Amino acid sequence: MEFGFTPEQELIRKAAREFAETVIAPRVAEMERTRQPPLDIFHAMAEQGFLGITIPPEYGGSGLGHLARLLVIEEIARISPAMGFMLQVFALGAAPLLDFGTPEQKARHLPALARGEYFATVSVTEATGGSDPFGITTTAEREGDHYILTGRKVFITGSSLCYLHTVTAVTGQDERGRKVITAFLVTQDMPGFKVGREEHKVGLWGTQLGEFALDHVAVPAENIVGKEGDGIKVVMKAISETGRPGIAATALGIIARALQEAVKFANERVVGGRPIGEYQAIQFKIADMSVLLDAARLLCYRGAWMKDQGMRCDVEMSKAKLFATEAAMTAARHCGEIFGGYGWLEEYVSQQLYRDAAILIPSAGTSEAMRIVTGRAALKG
Amino acid sequence: MEIVVCVKPVPDPRQWSKISLDPQTKVLRREGVEMVINPLDRHALEAALQIRQSLGGRVRVLSMAPLSTLEVLRETLALGADEAVLLSDRAFAGSDTLATVRVLAAGIRRWGIRPDLVLCGAESADGSTGQVGPQLAVLLGIASLSYVCGLEEVTPERVIARWQMEEGYARVEVCLPAVLTLTRACNRPRGITMLGVVQARGKPLSVWTAADLGIDPSQVGLSGSPTQMGDLWMPESGRRQEILPGKPEEAVQALLERLRELAVLPERPGRKR
Repeated sequence: MEFGFTPEQELIRKAAREFAETVIAPRVAEMERTRQPPLDIFHAMAEQGFLGITIPPEYGGSGLGHLARLLVIEEIARISPAMGFMLQVFALGAAPLLDFGTPEQKARHLPALARGEYFATVSVTEATGGSDPFGITTTAEREGDHYILTGRKVFITGSSLCYLHTVTAVTGQDERGRKVITAFLVTQDMPGFKVGREEHKVGLWGTQLGEFALDHVAVPAENIVGKEGDGIKVVMKAISETGRPGIAATALGIIARALQEAVKFANERVVGGRPIGEYQAIQFKIADMSVLLDAARLLCYRGAWMKDQGMRCDVEMSKAKLFATEAAMTAARHCGEIFGGYGWLEEYVSQQLYRDAAILIPSAGTSEAMRIVTGRAALKG
Repeated sequence: MEIVVCVKPVPDPRQWSKISLDPQTKVLRREGVEMVINPLDRHALEAALQIRQSLGGRVRVLSMAPLSTLEVLRETLALGADEAVLLSDRAFAGSDTLATVRVLAAGIRRWGIRPDLVLCGAESADGSTGQVGPQLAVLLGIASLSYVCGLEEVTPERVIARWQMEEGYARVEVCLPAVLTLTRACNRPRGITMLGVVQARGKPLSVWTAADLGIDPSQVGLSGSPTQMGDLWMPESGRRQEILPGKPEEAVQALLERLRELAVLPERPGRKR
């Protein structure tokens, strides 16, 4: 086994760290104040090549792969979980094209996504709930060489920010009466695409979450991703193998930051004549955070390595997402507790990490959904 | 344009709090401190890349450092340099600035080029002598301008540079070839792009030893260094507290006297208010 990174991977991590510390860090306070997504940072991330990291060179990306992607997200999320989260969404948006897109679809969109000309996401969730992708009611009826899409998507990160959406819709029923679900490439400029309300989260300020309606949107048949009826396969592969690890990597950034801040504070804060880091109660919390970080990293990096090898990794990614996001909550709480009363003042980062971590739990599948995936796989033996 | 950029790997200045000095051996303990490109050298590299962009040519990076810093040089390739060479040999250990420039000059000679421009950071974040650039110019027999805070015009024949002075700057025309050392005011260094990481894969990154350079070992390292370190210590600093009793007026008088004793205030106060 080999647990070290290659010199190239170390360089990628270093590049992301430097970008995060010089470009993003000075803007975090502004994001916390305005809660607005900073478009210029998204474009700067594109210029650095972070948006094209999973896109092959023939389509304008660097093709450095999924492990490289996780390293970048982790470093960026360490400074701003919100920016790590948005970076993961943009790669999620490219994933259906990479896995199932036709050469024409790839050539049309991937270079633009790598350059950050516009952004993409996957839009599945409806009012019926994100954990039930078969419960959707958005319909797509064939009319000549188009499909007419009607419905409403909710809890979409980048609903108004992203130009390109891979949308699931019901295109019919099979012989057993089950829904046939198909994935379509829908763009914001299509008549009938209506951006809806914006949601206001308690954390990840700097991201954008909301809903959009599809009011008889005519989508060309060539915009189907994969084949008709492949919709669930297309979006679930993207969500489970690209979305979940991206969120897990955002969690890694939170754990790493929580540990870093807690260690700094524990070494500096003197109570009873000694730095609090000399007390076992604090050491135990820091030890737990350190173990959580190592364990979460190993789960995430293994999953990403498998993805880079072309192996199926949905179960491994579910484990990584489950563990890393829960660990982020625990680490952020420990960090806040080590800070004592300061930990929950707005001027200290621990409260932000805690709020940001909480939002990772339901994103791209709750912890319970991750346990279902993992448990079923384990029971199959 | 043939441009050589001299680069020094230094302990990351943001992690200096982790560095300590062994009082017996006088060796710096810097475990866990990452080595980075000397910050001012990033500005020198950026200037070189911008000049290449406008005038064409080749940017070569040269560094004398331990073998363990090879990855720092890979970073210069990802930033856009065409080629990098690490000059590394146990014989170079302990070199002062003169011995260092002998090695650097030998490196340039081995390339078989006569560079139009040699660019360096104005000083290193660790040694801070500011001597390597000008000494290298002397050894190469070319012009030298230190503490350049802006490049107004660069042609294959000359450079019009802003030369940093205590209060402002002077515009100086330098005929090429020349060695310039740059301050941080020159430019804003670019970051590493993912495309740069991929492109670095195909670029030459070499290590040359003393034997490769054909250099006389007595001219480098400790034996070739006229500068010998006398002593090295960490200055001590600490806090004291002293409570001055009495009425406020008495305490203020006592405080003024104490401050005069400590030479914080002049012996005789100036104009009374």
